[in-house]
Amino acid sequence: MRDAVARFVHDGDTVVIEGFTHLICFAAGHEIIRQGRRDLTLCRLTPDLIYDQMIAAGCARKLVFSWAGNPGVGSLHAFRRAVEGKGGPPLEIEEYSHFGMVARFAAGAARLPFWPMRNYMGTDLPAANPRIRHVTCPYTGEALATVPALNPDVTVIHAQRADASGNTQIWGLVGVQKEAAFASARVIVVVEELVEEAVIRSDPNRTAVPAMIVDAVVVEPWGAHPSYAQGYYDRDNDFYVAWEAISRDPGGIARYLDEFVHGVPDRASYLEKHPGLAARLNATARYCPGVNYGF
Amino acid sequence: MMASVAARELADGEVVFVGIGLPNLACNLARATHAPRLVLIYESGAVGAVPERLPVSIGDPALVTGSLMVCGMADVFQLLLQNGRVEVGFLGGAQVDRYGNINTTVIGAYARPTVRLPGSGGAAEIAIHAQRTLVVSKLSPRAFPERVDFITSPGHLSGGVPRSQLGMPGAGPVKVITDKAVLEADEATGELVLAALYPGVNASEVQAGVGWPLRCRPRLGRIDPPTTTELRLLRDVLDPKRLHLRG
Repeated sequence: MRDAVARFVHDGDTVVIEGFTHLICFAAGHEIIRQGRRDLTLCRLTPDLIYDQMIAAGCARKLVFSWAGNPGVGSLHAFRRAVEGKGGPPLEIEEYSHFGMVARFAAGAARLPFWPMRNYMGTDLPAANPRIRHVTCPYTGEALATVPALNPDVTVIHAQRADASGNTQIWGLVGVQKEAAFASARVIVVVEELVEEAVIRSDPNRTAVPAMIVDAVVVEPWGAHPSYAQGYYDRDNDFYVAWEAISRDPGGIARYLDEFVHGVPDRASYLEKHPGLAARLNATARYCPGVNYGF
Repeated sequence: MMASVAARELADGEVVFVGIGLPNLACNLARATHAPRLVLIYESGAVGAVPERLPVSIGDPALVTGSLMVCGMADVFQLLLQNGRVEVGFLGGAQVDRYGNINTTVIGAYARPTVRLPGSGGAAEIAIHAQRTLVVSKLSPRAFPERVDFITSPGHLSGGVPRSQLGMPGAGPVKVITDKAVLEADEATGELVLAALYPGVNASEVQAGVGWPLRCRPRLGRIDPPTTTELRLLRDVLDPKRLHLRG
């Protein structure tokens, strides 16, 4: 992870760590904080705790998003402090809805300049974000909303498994992982498990990201904690609840980052500081019987 | 009470786009009672979800296990929502105004808000596309102002221009389920009017929680309290940890 971040994530980059609730790569976010990256434009549908931590750590110049809360709990306090002007480094924001962000990634992945959608009529979002515009359909004359392509410099995708060259398989909630990866100039894949190419080939429909677009493969078990990996470990909902108290004052976040990010050299050491995770969160087995790929 | 009233609004077999919190509880209550074939769609990509535990978040792993389909979010918004397949959208909001417009973005001015809320998520497009929407929110003058500070999810705007003229496919908010009463959008103007009261509540108590002169239907309905079966399911089965139920 250290090498992948050092090589592929630079100051000033547009960075995406995707994953919708599922497969959010906290390990990559923490390494970016440890390496002191600055002036990043951070993009995600749901900034989640990982971007709250990166904002508090001073990594971000700008946030591009569609829902900035602590899912099931409440607020992202570092984000709120920055936007409400109550301390912390200034943060520029660019705001969409989920459909808007999804469409931005779809355009970026298809290498188109924008994506049309039937959306935003009657909302104040286009007034708040002038990058939400309209186009007249050349076939029907209908006014359609448009959003610009999002093409990150680097995207981090967490996944259950990949082979050594980067063919990556995801199951469970797949979010916009695939679109974000294809939209990006560089792609870092972080996996729970490294498998033989034959395992990938045995179930090709499950491959979301092919090796041809992958720049680095990092094997980092529990790398998504406190997010989760379907079939591996459950979401650490207790930590999401605890973040409310930790993040309510800047000192609380600073102490958290000192202990669990700056205070550890890598993910393995982070895990040593969280004894009992496996007992508490290991997934129960629910296998599907498999499909016949024969011909 | 709100969860059981909201659950009764859902018919068996309907396709519902589910938000987290109370809507989630209501949908799972409906599924456990009168609507076992309700199709729950979560914006995270789970379609036909049958969560074995109450999902804490909209992306809970329990939404995946046993679902009919799990798809990417581009499919959720384009192939299901924009395609017109969602019959009911369920929304909550920090502010709901006289015409059912919802604000989940900011209190105060956008550029320098007093309170920064999470934003739209999928709410804006659900409000535009779902064939009808149900809104769930507790009454208070702050939560029900005459006009929201920011329209995140459009209702009936200011009542002048019909939604269809602006190109919105869905009918918008038809009912607002509160903790004291049910409001309905007037068929002609879209203005929210008092339609039915909970047991033991009178109209002036509802007016006290609303920031505009609230008009009443000529005949006010009376809402039945939750049945013992509904209460047992809510307290013992669906939300034993009281994640969403209070009191």
